[in-house]
Amino acid sequence: MAGKTLYDKLWDAHLVKARDDGSALIYIDRHIIHEVTTPQAFEGLRMADRKPWRVDSIVATPDHNVPTTADERASGVAGIEDPVSRIQVQTLDDNCDEFGIVEFKINDKRQGIVHVIGPETGACLPGMTIVCGDSHTATNGALGALAHGIGTSEVEHVMATQCLVAKKMKNMLVKVNGTLNPGVTSKDVVLAIIGEIGTAGGTGYAIEFGGQVFRDMSMEGRMTVCNMAIEGGARAGMVAVDDKTIDYVKGRTYAPKGDQWEAAVADWRNLVSDEDAVFDKVVEIDGASIKPQVSWGTSPEMVLPVDATVPNPADETDEVKKSGIERALEYMGLEAGQKITDINIDRAFIGSCTNSRIEDIRAAAEVAKGRKVAANVIQALVVPGSGVVKAQAEEEGLDKILIEAGFEWREPGCSMCLAMNADKLGNGEHCASTSNRNFEGRQGYGGRTHLVSPAMAAAAAIAGHFVDVNDL
Amino acid sequence: MKSFTQVTGIAAPMDRANVDTDMIIPKNFLKSIKRTGFGKNLFDELRYLDEGQPDQDCTGRPLNMDFPLNFPRYQGAQILLARENFGCGSSREHAPWALDDYGFRCVIAPSFADIFFNNSFKNGLLPIILSDEIVAQLFDEMYASEGYELSVDLEAQTVTTPSGESFGFEIDEFRKHCLLNGLDDIGLTLQDADHIRAYEEKRQQSAPWLFGAVKPE
Repeated sequence: MAGKTLYDKLWDAHLVKARDDGSALIYIDRHIIHEVTTPQAFEGLRMADRKPWRVDSIVATPDHNVPTTADERASGVAGIEDPVSRIQVQTLDDNCDEFGIVEFKINDKRQGIVHVIGPETGACLPGMTIVCGDSHTATNGALGALAHGIGTSEVEHVMATQCLVAKKMKNMLVKVNGTLNPGVTSKDVVLAIIGEIGTAGGTGYAIEFGGQVFRDMSMEGRMTVCNMAIEGGARAGMVAVDDKTIDYVKGRTYAPKGDQWEAAVADWRNLVSDEDAVFDKVVEIDGASIKPQVSWGTSPEMVLPVDATVPNPADETDEVKKSGIERALEYMGLEAGQKITDINIDRAFIGSCTNSRIEDIRAAAEVAKGRKVAANVIQALVVPGSGVVKAQAEEEGLDKILIEAGFEWREPGCSMCLAMNADKLGNGEHCASTSNRNFEGRQGYGGRTHLVSPAMAAAAAIAGHFVDVNDL
Repeated sequence: MKSFTQVTGIAAPMDRANVDTDMIIPKNFLKSIKRTGFGKNLFDELRYLDEGQPDQDCTGRPLNMDFPLNFPRYQGAQILLARENFGCGSSREHAPWALDDYGFRCVIAPSFADIFFNNSFKNGLLPIILSDEIVAQLFDEMYASEGYELSVDLEAQTVTTPSGESFGFEIDEFRKHCLLNGLDDIGLTLQDADHIRAYEEKRQQSAPWLFGAVKPE
């Protein structure tokens, strides 16, 4: 019999009941919640007079709607200027208070983007099943966990039953071999992968990221990669446990201690795919072939190396794809054949659940150090992923370097990644963004998003247009 | 949840691949704490010429008359014809809520994004996968004939065109059963509460660290 993949092992360990119809009940260890996708779930619980099955498995924090300026944050929820945002954040607070759920409230130091605070606090651990009403939950897969996004009905279901009705996904291995060149980061790796497999390439699969490049990658880098599994169509992305995983988890607030720690580590060491495991699909990429990436269109698969030119729809034979390229060029205000490095930017955004961890802030600061944001750039925002990241960056003096260079240093939240708060693009503006989606209107009505790494976003802010960070 | 058995209704086009959930319902409308009322903002940025605001009365807003859902011939449509990877992007259940609230009961496409697909079933919205060729044929027939109606029969698992041509589709037994009967998932799962408790007990012995409570301080 063939060995098991990491995903097979995680699935088997959480199987409560396999049903005759092919669906299964899967036990959920950790449930992270935020203000946008939960109000209707709590309402459902109330209407049916149900209580959370295991209230201590839930952690809450507001992130999507929170303002990021110190002024607007000063007086907490009451100070949120947008009344609709304020009600949503207040509703989360009220629901958590009513049901006895631990919440890192708006001005708690531990508040932050759900997918940043999970690993950071040790609330999310290797070997867990982790869900959240948010598609970027796969971020936690970097820990060697089965983590994915769910809808609001499922949020209610998990709260009420501690289980998810699921169907086993297929196994896909994305192997990136060799080593990366200077200036190429985890973000470039995942963008290159999406460029290769397409936005639907991983639909129906759980992706394991393997190969030397991921073994060499930091935990933060692995989180960036797993975070964007959904942009390749896969609900879950994961990386096998190794020493880096164990070292990362050790000592975190909610990580096991003492004897339990030893037992947990012994268990976690098994969280790797067996040598003879069989994957339904394998994609191999040479790490050395990856260059710094910039997305040019309105889907994450519309991405190219920084030294490339914008594609010409005339070269595309598939009619649906061809019209997709035409529409993207029109929306993005770009010409076929235009050099990527000739695209000027109006704003830069460094943040989001993809790239707002300490390593990301360091990468941006390293590029920004001793330089200035270009005159044509209206705004260059740096939004740390959590209060903890913010404090650490300030301890390292990164905030000063960034502010000195002309960047704005903000309070933690999702911010301009999806512009549910006040941070947004103006109509027609181009943004070098470290976020995860370049969909039409995502960062603001008519806004034009280009997905890049933190180093590349900082470099674009300095140059005023896209540039290979190695050439700056 | 409302049940789904049979629907016969006008088909309308969303003729592009990779329609994402931001397109289906833009983020500024996700601030609602209710499940209803999203229909007027379905495809907001494509449907209207101005920028929409939450809680806004949309009746006076300028319509984009190049957008098919605004064409007179597609008014009252209950079936949306779409291209590959429909519903990609975020996990927002507001996407099926908006489609449902607008009046759609069914989306037909060659493929769907996983989370959207899953969310649809929870809301009595039936996503049907048909091959590229069949979807292309349905698009052609729909464009060629005003008032083009499709009949969807969940029990029989068929989509039937006005000429009587019928196409079968696949669906999980469990999902079909829930949709046909409008069943609440939670109630069904709680019938297995003993299984869940037994699993929990065993697991607590073998991996107690997974049950570490998250405490306030």
